[in-house]
Amino acid sequence: MTETDGGVLLELTDVTKSFAVKTRVLTGRERARVHAVDGVSLQVRAGETLGLVGESGCGKSTLARVMTALQPATSGRVSFKGRDITHLARRRLRSIRRNVQMVFQDPYGSLNPRRRVGSILGEPFAVHGEASGEERKRKVQELMEVVGLSPEHYNRFPAEFSGGQRQRIGIARALALRPELIVCDEPVSALDVSIQAQILNLIEDLQDVFGLTYVFIAHDLSVVRHVSDRVAVMYLGRIAEIGPVEEIYGSARHPYTAALLSAVPVVDLASNRRRRERVILQGGVPSAIDPPTGCRFHPRCPKAQQVCREVEPELGPSESVSSEHLVACHFPVRREDALAAAAWEEPTPSKITTLPAGGQR
Amino acid sequence: MALLEVVDLRVTFDTDDGVVQAVQGMSFAVDRGRTLGIVGESGSGKSVSTQAILGLSPGARTTGHAYLDGVDLLDMSESELQSVRGARISMIFQDPLTSLHPLFRVGDQIAEAIRAHEKVTKRDAHQRAVEMLGKVGIPQPDRRARDYPHQFSGGMRQRAMIAMALSLHPPLIIADEPTTALDVTVQAQILELLAELREELDTAVILITHDLAVVADVADEIVIMYAGRPMERASTTAAFTEPHHPYTQGLLESIPAYSARTGKLQPIKGNPPSLLRLARECPFAPRCPHVREECRAAPPPLKPVGHSPGHLSACVLPPSRVGLVAPVAPALDAPNPDAPTADRPITEAPTADEPIGDDPIDDDSVWSGQV
Repeated sequence: MTETDGGVLLELTDVTKSFAVKTRVLTGRERARVHAVDGVSLQVRAGETLGLVGESGCGKSTLARVMTALQPATSGRVSFKGRDITHLARRRLRSIRRNVQMVFQDPYGSLNPRRRVGSILGEPFAVHGEASGEERKRKVQELMEVVGLSPEHYNRFPAEFSGGQRQRIGIARALALRPELIVCDEPVSALDVSIQAQILNLIEDLQDVFGLTYVFIAHDLSVVRHVSDRVAVMYLGRIAEIGPVEEIYGSARHPYTAALLSAVPVVDLASNRRRRERVILQGGVPSAIDPPTGCRFHPRCPKAQQVCREVEPELGPSESVSSEHLVACHFPVRREDALAAAAWEEPTPSKITTLPAGGQR
Repeated sequence: MALLEVVDLRVTFDTDDGVVQAVQGMSFAVDRGRTLGIVGESGSGKSVSTQAILGLSPGARTTGHAYLDGVDLLDMSESELQSVRGARISMIFQDPLTSLHPLFRVGDQIAEAIRAHEKVTKRDAHQRAVEMLGKVGIPQPDRRARDYPHQFSGGMRQRAMIAMALSLHPPLIIADEPTTALDVTVQAQILELLAELREELDTAVILITHDLAVVADVADEIVIMYAGRPMERASTTAAFTEPHHPYTQGLLESIPAYSARTGKLQPIKGNPPSLLRLARECPFAPRCPHVREECRAAPPPLKPVGHSPGHLSACVLPPSRVGLVAPVAPALDAPNPDAPTADRPITEAPTADEPIGDDPIDDDSVWSGQV
């Protein structure tokens, strides 16, 4: 994709975010807390796309909100270009916000239905006192052109656009002030496949043109593989594994990553001669109110041993993968493990071109 | 004879804005123990076509035939249909939270479904409900049967729905986006369960989904719908390895897993048409890279294409022109046991500098020479 120049744009250090649930009505005393994000440290480098994957409730959207300073972290440190933004006052945050923008999942819910596109897209310029009057209109129309909307539709309402076009409006709004970092929270999951591909291409083109850095959150693992340079896998508020996209998909070290990848149905019938082993994880994700002791994944993990129940593994390097590739596991998956066979195979292009007629399923 | 055979189904809705032509000329068949996938994007008519044959779409005008064991469902009265729904054809919906009643215990809801169709005592019906819950993999079924739906997780609710759908041992189950609301790990559990139960009970399954990867995994045969019409019908292997219709090819090329990540995705240009104002032409013509004069006259009928029996496509392109074309050379590393042999040559891919998308197909011999 794009070459990363390595400079750290956004850095999270041991960030946690928890929410009180079940407070007592009279005393206001809390009875329980959801630990949505629980000790996450990661860096987002200038020019890269960092993919963030995990099941629902693993805390990926909460992490996105903390990254964009939409919600303050409960503890830990968030810094943007070396500047601590964890506890900035609202006014101070404004300058950060123009550099860090967000694209939301639902192109229906995230646009005000009573405002015209011109006014929705003019809002960022108004808020930051960038441009007004004719100049603002000109800038908005330029913006519409950049994302592939027709500038004549300036006076239309969101309802007059299709889902894909609305997502273009959402992307244009994020792009308005030329931010350096855009956090995309499930930007294509509400779209049909043929439209999804249009939006993914747009997102990639914009990165090339404007030198953007993305954090790309999605539950669709094929989409994440397609757009990302590095991928972080989250489980119950923590990062289970992080590394370059090809290493995560080609040689996953964390049993959770391996199981997650093996669960993805893949359109790749030609490879059915050797059907992927599938690890079916038992049960669902445990509650984030009272996460399991030790490694959070141990109740569902096929490799769990006594130490996994007691000691929480730290994110660290693992043997025979690059130093970029970190995994939080006491017993990382090895080549000879059954789980390794379950991880994704490289879909070689030959499987597309050599069309074995009448291949057996 | 097929268990369910749908012939030339047409469904229209009268609305204030005009007549919505939701389904036109849909035909398919499914046998016992087989899985048929119906794939399409939103608004393609995939759900309506199965709901209409069960009388589940209010306000719809439905014509055509839907033979269940030779008896036409579309000729049945409402009370006759009621005895079919649940007992002989049951449905599993996308969102199990809205399809289970929140104020009744899960076990009681399943028991009620049994008692609606069979004369059994409450105690027996409840016993069978517990058995079914156990069968679909719910731990401690006798205890969980007394729980309310909100006490179940998403995957468990979908299991409960499947238990309800199977409680009367219907020969056919229609699963409408059964895993769309679930995480991949839970989706894998549910798909595995459906496959096991299908095998054990010899049930036929119609799986409706927008997710091509899901059908690739579980379906024996698939129908691809677009703007209310079947575009292509084929065995799953043929549909994915030798797609004929440009829409099917476009869909496959839009999927990130397919186009290796180095390459750009090849999206289908434009948007699906409005079902209110369908022109006389092939509905895909405005977005089709191979559109020709004859496509504008009328939507082409389904006709046999490719080399595998039962492969039908509604496109005017030459029948032999099948296969996804990727501008890459085959890898030479591993010997391929399925490699094409002399009597079964591969469809040759054009070279990188002549992608089919940019090449008006006026010379059919390029293709027919290969097959």
